[in-house]
Amino acid sequence: MNTLLQYATVLILTAFVGTEIISKVPSILHTPLMSGSNAIHGVIIVGSMLILGAATTDLQEVLGFLAVILATLNVVGGFVVTDRMLEMFKGRKPRTGAKSDGPAS
Amino acid sequence: MSRETVIDLLYLFSATTFLVALKGLGSPKHARKGNLIAAFGMLVAIVATFFKFVDGHALHHVGLILLAMFIGVIIAVPTARFMKMTAMPQLVAIFNGVGGGAASLVSITEFIHIKSTSPATYVTLEVLLGVLIGTVSFSGSTIAFAKLQELMTGRPVTYPGQQFINAIVGVVALGLILTILVTGSTTLIWVLLAVSFVLGIAFVLPIGGADVPVLISLLNSFTGLAVAASGFTLGSNLLIIAGTLVGASGMLLTRLMSKAMGRSLPNILFSAFGSVITATGASGVEGRTVRSGTPEDVGVLLSYASKVVIIPGYGLAVAQGQHVLAELANELESKGIKVYYAIHPVAGRMPGHMNVLLAEANVPYEDLIEMDEANSELATADVAIVVGANDTVNPAAVNDPSSPIYGMPIIHADLAENVVFMKRSMRPGFAGIDNELLYNPKTILVFGDAKDTLTKLVAVVKAS
Repeated sequence: MNTLLQYATVLILTAFVGTEIISKVPSILHTPLMSGSNAIHGVIIVGSMLILGAATTDLQEVLGFLAVILATLNVVGGFVVTDRMLEMFKGRKPRTGAKSDGPAS
Repeated sequence: MSRETVIDLLYLFSATTFLVALKGLGSPKHARKGNLIAAFGMLVAIVATFFKFVDGHALHHVGLILLAMFIGVIIAVPTARFMKMTAMPQLVAIFNGVGGGAASLVSITEFIHIKSTSPATYVTLEVLLGVLIGTVSFSGSTIAFAKLQELMTGRPVTYPGQQFINAIVGVVALGLILTILVTGSTTLIWVLLAVSFVLGIAFVLPIGGADVPVLISLLNSFTGLAVAASGFTLGSNLLIIAGTLVGASGMLLTRLMSKAMGRSLPNILFSAFGSVITATGASGVEGRTVRSGTPEDVGVLLSYASKVVIIPGYGLAVAQGQHVLAELANELESKGIKVYYAIHPVAGRMPGHMNVLLAEANVPYEDLIEMDEANSELATADVAIVVGANDTVNPAAVNDPSSPIYGMPIIHADLAENVVFMKRSMRPGFAGIDNELLYNPKTILVFGDAKDTLTKLVAVVKAS
């Protein structure tokens, strides 16, 4: 099969599936969503490794090296920040003498 | 199974973990686990890549790759771990920017690498789009970072003929893309890199602080698209899937944010909103009286309340008042008063900013309510406390068609029996629009730093 067509298929299906899943994220988690999806596009590290691994000239080496550094920053920073954020989201702890029974709906 | 098949299967696994992570974000309970699963999936993809063959040989420069990763980890982990929680928007912005930069570099290098094989036009187009979008995201995010970190003014930066100049830069970029498509020139791709860099800066400069939530989600989406473009060039389904997911999520958030501002995306991006104090807002202010009060007055009000709704805004983050605010809420709850936090979708400097800020102060997420629910709670609330917010509670958005924020859905603080407005001064909010709510007879104004006021208020409530 034509590879361009195959990639376009993946793109379009992912766009729909992605939109479907992401639209279910409650607004309270929008910041972690941003930061988590931020970490996911850090997958460019795979591309960076491939271009540095295929580099045949000094210029390609330098560019590839920079790309791997930037991508590592993206992927590591993204996941660590997201984890730190999500760690803070806690539900109501059972509290002695507390009265509230959660938000009225 | 061949080596390539195994690696592709592992990539498929990684792509699946990314979807699992996004699905996990559907509820705060599973979100953290999902993120860890995605991180594991990413690790699998990285390890698998070390075993991949490119151009028929194993990866060269493995030492360099490891060194670059080491440098990245050494910088990223401490920054991400120890940066203050209030600095979260700029942190997200900069990690997004470097991703865009990486995508752009990948596209350029791949172009240089495959140029000798005279690639098909569509391959070149993918490369050029990757360079353009990735670089715009990189330089744009850097400026957004500088604005949020207050390395430069958070207000829109404007100069005469700005939109015209920006349009020219945009047209030049498109012209370059067409020329490179025809000529396949390597020199011009560097020019495109430089022009895209300028375009990113020029694009972000006129966008003011209050519009940054929209900007950040848009730039996030850009980086996703740049990664997807690199995926096309490199022939990697993993990159296409991950990039597209992020692109879609960014677009969706951008749309939600502009809807929550009641403005169109082009208006937010190109109108340099908030750069001028509007004449309509300034007139008619003279001679109007406001009722100001002390924390003690508010304490009395609260002692008769049975339901309180707190409406936080960016000012709370600036004053670092989230912990004191949570303490106040705890004191009130221990007296049997119901407390809710009403969160406007665009309060703060990134989508959902207030939720993270309050989560840091251990506010249970059940108490954070969205705008619609907030407005129905406010109708029966005794006291609404506005702290660090302004435009998101401004009735002009509903009443005054001439107001720049007209049409923005707001939290109707004025529905409550009493309104307590904590404010640093009478200075109008970010958008430079006077707030009718300040003059409402229901409103008590408490001037001063939000954190100080809240601290005093906690003491008063404790004593009563």
